[in-house]
Amino acid sequence: MAALSFVIPMSVMTLFWGIIGGVVPWFIPKGPNRGVIVTMLVLTAVCCYLFWLIAILAQLNPLFGPSLKNDTIWYMYYHWS
Amino acid sequence: MDSFFRSEEMCLVQLFFQTESAHNCINELGHLGLVQFKDLNPGTVAFQRRFVKEVKKCEEMERILRFLENEVVKSNIPIPADFTSETIPVPRDVLDLESRFDKLEQELKEINSNRDTLRQNFTQLMEINHLLQMTDDFFEEVAIRFVAGVIKHERFPAFEKILWRLFHGNFVLRHAEIKPHEEENMAEDPVKKDVFVVFVQGDQIRGKIRKLCDGFHASMYPCPNNAYARKEMRTNANTRIEDLRLVLKRTEEFRETTLTAAAANLQEWTSKVKKMKAIYYTLNLCNIDITQKLIVAEIWCPVSDLNSVHTALIHGSEQSGSSLSPVVNRIQTQQTPPTFNRVNSFTTGFQSIIDAYGVGNYQEINPAPYTMVTFPFLFAVMFGDCGHGLVMTLLALWLILHQEHFRKLKNELIDMLVDGRYIIFLMGLFSIYTGLIYNDCFSKSFNVFGSSWSVRPMFHPHGPWTNDTLHDSGHLHLDPLVSGVYSGNPYPFGVDPIWNIASNKLSFLNSYKMKMSVIMGVAHMLFGVTLSLVNYINLKDVALQFIPEVIFMLSLFGYLIFLILYKWCVVMKSESAPSILLLFINMMLFDYSSEGTVLYRTQKPVQIFLVVVAVLMVPWLLFAKPLLLYRKHKQLKFLSLQFCLSLFFGVKKAFFSLQVSMADIFVYQGIHTIEYCLGCISNTASYLRLWALSLAHAELSEVLWKMVLQVALRVTSGMGSVLLAVTFAAFAVLTVTILLVMEGLSAFLHALRLHCTPSTYTPDVAFGFCS
Repeated sequence: MAALSFVIPMSVMTLFWGIIGGVVPWFIPKGPNRGVIVTMLVLTAVCCYLFWLIAILAQLNPLFGPSLKNDTIWYMYYHWS
Repeated sequence: MDSFFRSEEMCLVQLFFQTESAHNCINELGHLGLVQFKDLNPGTVAFQRRFVKEVKKCEEMERILRFLENEVVKSNIPIPADFTSETIPVPRDVLDLESRFDKLEQELKEINSNRDTLRQNFTQLMEINHLLQMTDDFFEEVAIRFVAGVIKHERFPAFEKILWRLFHGNFVLRHAEIKPHEEENMAEDPVKKDVFVVFVQGDQIRGKIRKLCDGFHASMYPCPNNAYARKEMRTNANTRIEDLRLVLKRTEEFRETTLTAAAANLQEWTSKVKKMKAIYYTLNLCNIDITQKLIVAEIWCPVSDLNSVHTALIHGSEQSGSSLSPVVNRIQTQQTPPTFNRVNSFTTGFQSIIDAYGVGNYQEINPAPYTMVTFPFLFAVMFGDCGHGLVMTLLALWLILHQEHFRKLKNELIDMLVDGRYIIFLMGLFSIYTGLIYNDCFSKSFNVFGSSWSVRPMFHPHGPWTNDTLHDSGHLHLDPLVSGVYSGNPYPFGVDPIWNIASNKLSFLNSYKMKMSVIMGVAHMLFGVTLSLVNYINLKDVALQFIPEVIFMLSLFGYLIFLILYKWCVVMKSESAPSILLLFINMMLFDYSSEGTVLYRTQKPVQIFLVVVAVLMVPWLLFAKPLLLYRKHKQLKFLSLQFCLSLFFGVKKAFFSLQVSMADIFVYQGIHTIEYCLGCISNTASYLRLWALSLAHAELSEVLWKMVLQVALRVTSGMGSVLLAVTFAAFAVLTVTILLVMEGLSAFLHALRLHCTPSTYTPDVAFGFCS
């Protein structure tokens, strides 16, 4: 779990949604719709981040692998690294 | 602006204005659209109200206007659409318009009836003309008795048959079809007619035939015997035809000019009459003072808009030229004001979705701003396909950019679509995102980052497979325990693309999506309960309700989430990994007998503790608040006995609360507890529809791909391109109707249901009413 290829996507996504949910709301200009826009930004960031997090955590420690057809395996042996 | 998060503070205002300026003032208030008039005459029936005659007059005028509009449309005269008229309808306008409308209606009716009579005459003459023309050919022989007439074309065979039955052939029948010339199309719907002549012997038979003709609605014309008389008749008829033609033309022209003149003002008149009717209706809600000079009205109005209301009233009274300005007087009241949420064109759709379930109480928190994200998001979790999401977004964009054009079509279904255009837009956007995470685009996956699973390590020397293994079996399982097969790092964004081509794809996806649904569900419900906390701070009983609710939910379902996350994050052997479902069931049943039921060392005491805590929350929820109220009730009763003779305002309030019976409070609290606890459990389960619908959607789109498009793509001959074009058309139509429309509506409905559960949001008693 300490491998680099896991830390990079984790930090990138956390940073991305963190900026959208935590930093951008400070820059929304004052007006009648500010409250609504800020709420929407924060909620969007939370929902989308949570959804992505669930997707990546579910695949972190797989208990079983995919079951492939033998010609698919043959093709993948030569073409997928 | 704060107001969208919570409904606005309203105040009750009394208005006094003069009778002359009444119309202008109410017109101004109507334009503002910010006030709600209270009915000051609730006891009176509709036809007892003061202005009922005027309302009836307005309705009569509306009827005339509708009649006029029909006539205008029938004659294909265009109605000029745009007009701007700011003139305010005044009482004398009513009389003026009324007389004008009556006159117009009478004129039009006269014109119409004249025209119809003229047309009838014209057709008759034309028929005579044709008859005479055609019978010329019949009359070569000696004159016998005959009957001549004109009958409708489709009735002629029946006519002939009955003639045969009646007279057994003792007659001669000649007929010919009338072929109208092109320029003679004066009739509205030209009916095909035949001209006929029946030659018979004897007068009695002639009488019978006449009766028969009457039965068949055939018009009979007297036809003279000799050729000379016929010729004269014909010239007569021709001159009369010419005259009539002229008269008809003039009538039509006159009708058109009248209608065009009316059409020019039609829109203006319609809006004026509507405004007047609304003003009279509003006046019916007010009180007229005994001196007939003053009108008293009570309105509900948002506190922040009091100034604009006042300005509008002053403006109105200035326009009517009255000397006294209207008086605005804010009064205190105990009544509950209506709930008002200020919306703009973006937020209207979401607010109406929330209001459809139940309008919140006055000054209660408004769930709409949060719905603006959670509703499209939950829809997208169920819809989850970035190709379909893209199509939906583009459709919504088209609706947004051309909304006036769509509104002009005045179709009910399209109007509904246009009203929800922002909702559809957000749903599409979120669907693209969830589609990218599910890695599903028209049932195909993207492989952007390289899959985490590789096949090579399964073969010798690393793993168990050889070339023979491949030849022997159709499907082979990749084993994550063999080193190198699973790279150790999950696919960085979304579901790994290898699952799309795996035959056990559903085993993985089902487990993932079900757990995802439960996590999202519990998160959504916790969010709802936390929102209701803000309501409680307003009403000050946090400890009595909010804390036990949260503890109940967290101890059971929060622990479930913990189990899911633990099983995901901690490495374990697949044989020894216990099923979370079984773990949870055994936890509730206190069953720790079977082997291998522990995920971590201290699981048993932790679980027992959590279940006991959850069970203890139920009596807390059930009894704490009513018992406290009971104690307060007893104290107040004691106090009021001491002050029963004085009329303190505070004691009056206590008398009010004394009216509430204890049984009601207990019952209400019981209902709330049961609703909350059972609702927690059933709603958590109902979030599994997120899994169910996304599974259905994925399967449907896969079927469409495999059975429709792939068939055409696999054809190797030259005709393949033609077949592909046809098949793609079928694929597109099926995608739009089944996957976008049907699945979209279904996911919309289910997302709506997930938002309408009382335990997620606040209105535990949704008794508010909209202003």
